[in-house]
Amino acid sequence: MRNVGIVGTGQTPFVKTRTDVVYPELVREGATLALADAGVTMADIDAVVFPLAPDALIGVGNGERWCVEALGAHGKPFMRVNTGGATGLSAVQAGYMHVASGMFDVVLVAGADRVSESNSAQSVLNKMWDVAYERLYPLNTITMLAMSAQRYNAKYGADERDMARITVKNRRHASRNPNAHLRAEITEDDVLATRLISWPLKLGDLCPSSTGAAAVVLMSEERAKRSGRPVAWIRGIGQNSETFWMGDRVGPRAVGDHADAEALAIAISRAYAQAGITDPSAQLDVAELYAPFSSVEMHVIEAAGLCAPGESFRRIADGEFALGSGTTVVNPSGGTLCTNPIAVTGLVRAAEVALQVTGRADARQVEGANVGLATAIGGDHQFYASMVLANHLEEIAT
Amino acid sequence: MTTTPFDNAATSSAPAFFEQTWDLSYRHALGQTVGAFLAGLKDKKLLGRRCPTCERALFPARSFCDRCHEPTTDWVEVGHRGVLEMFTIVYEAFPGMLVDPPYVLAYARLDGADTAVVGYLKGLDLTDVTKATQLITTGTPIQVRFSDNPIGQVTDFWFELASPA
Repeated sequence: MRNVGIVGTGQTPFVKTRTDVVYPELVREGATLALADAGVTMADIDAVVFPLAPDALIGVGNGERWCVEALGAHGKPFMRVNTGGATGLSAVQAGYMHVASGMFDVVLVAGADRVSESNSAQSVLNKMWDVAYERLYPLNTITMLAMSAQRYNAKYGADERDMARITVKNRRHASRNPNAHLRAEITEDDVLATRLISWPLKLGDLCPSSTGAAAVVLMSEERAKRSGRPVAWIRGIGQNSETFWMGDRVGPRAVGDHADAEALAIAISRAYAQAGITDPSAQLDVAELYAPFSSVEMHVIEAAGLCAPGESFRRIADGEFALGSGTTVVNPSGGTLCTNPIAVTGLVRAAEVALQVTGRADARQVEGANVGLATAIGGDHQFYASMVLANHLEEIAT
Repeated sequence: MTTTPFDNAATSSAPAFFEQTWDLSYRHALGQTVGAFLAGLKDKKLLGRRCPTCERALFPARSFCDRCHEPTTDWVEVGHRGVLEMFTIVYEAFPGMLVDPPYVLAYARLDGADTAVVGYLKGLDLTDVTKATQLITTGTPIQVRFSDNPIGQVTDFWFELASPA
């Protein structure tokens, strides 16, 4: 396997609606930004990977067909990747394998989403559940994660104020990120006063439906070094899958508990093993952890090994994981909680860590960041992806 | 080559949106195992299937064990009592989902089953969320109630508190 680096990243500002572009034009914006950042043109790209989650969310059947021209992919290998919410990071992993395998030297991973164009998002997502046993009920990503939050809170003693603190932290971070969707700072009491959606989740605990594009350019070690650009090296990747059945994630015979994110912990441990991460809190400066709702951040911090299960919300109450805290900073971009363009949300996690470890994250920069973790989760907490990035190819110091 | 910027006056009156509704219909095959489970509901029976290897009773019934990758062998009738494993109380309507809030959506693990099933928890006063959530938590005992005229779908049954509040 060859070393692979992220040499260019591109993100448009994420907003609710864009009326000035159609979907492929939006996709092209992200790609163009990443190509410019990498100092290459479409002619330099050997293959393209395109992330896109369920078709019905953008209201286009096989939306990848529409975007071949926008991504300069005619005459080139092209693939779509879909692992639900993990799609964006899974696509970067597919691009990584393209280059690490020696098949390609320069790969573009680029996509976009426009979630707010559908008023039926939760109805579309409901169709993930079993036809006969589950779909007659209003199961969707909100109720599914509300049940996870209820179970976590009951198991560890967290409450709605603990969740509110996570929104406060991430909004504060997002206020420093010009690309973030929800950038207004908010207080704990303001979050607690937002309207109840699906207890214990309130509007202030939920991500927005975002529109925007993102892309990265991946290069082999030789090409990356020749580019003369700052490189975020992909030091490890991990994946894992969990059972389809939420009801199998409870009780004494469960493998993973729906309160926790044990399957994600395994995906992360696989990336750690490849990267040589044995003490995450000491070795990671920054982590962009996919958490669309405040409650999810509690168990993903724990899955990343940044603290013990049931401890994250107490640490957050003590000010840890925030910019300027001196601990591993979690979601300095404001995270998925403040910006969720589903198809590229996981890709943005990798792009943000790449910006951090190359010292290019501007006002949201974690001082002296050398090593970071990106993660994503998709499909009813079912598909998991992780990636460790660093600004060097040396052994990662403990 | 010259480029011409958009004329704001002209574009401000241009159409901005195209509206469309997808009208899709399906007739999904249920399969023998699910079919037998749904037929059981008509007799107010709750049927699971046991994995011969790990001996878990998978409920609702499945034809194979996802962990052992073995076909399940025996039908198991599970009890009409159990415990609440997780729940949410929904206060906001979701577009396209035909149920009016507020309601409790829950997974409960029934006696004799190793896995939990989704359903509504009925009979709770949901006017005050704080009071309602003081009455139920993970582990709260529940009982199954059946509709008087079950038609062979999962909404034929629901949960109620084993000890009414």
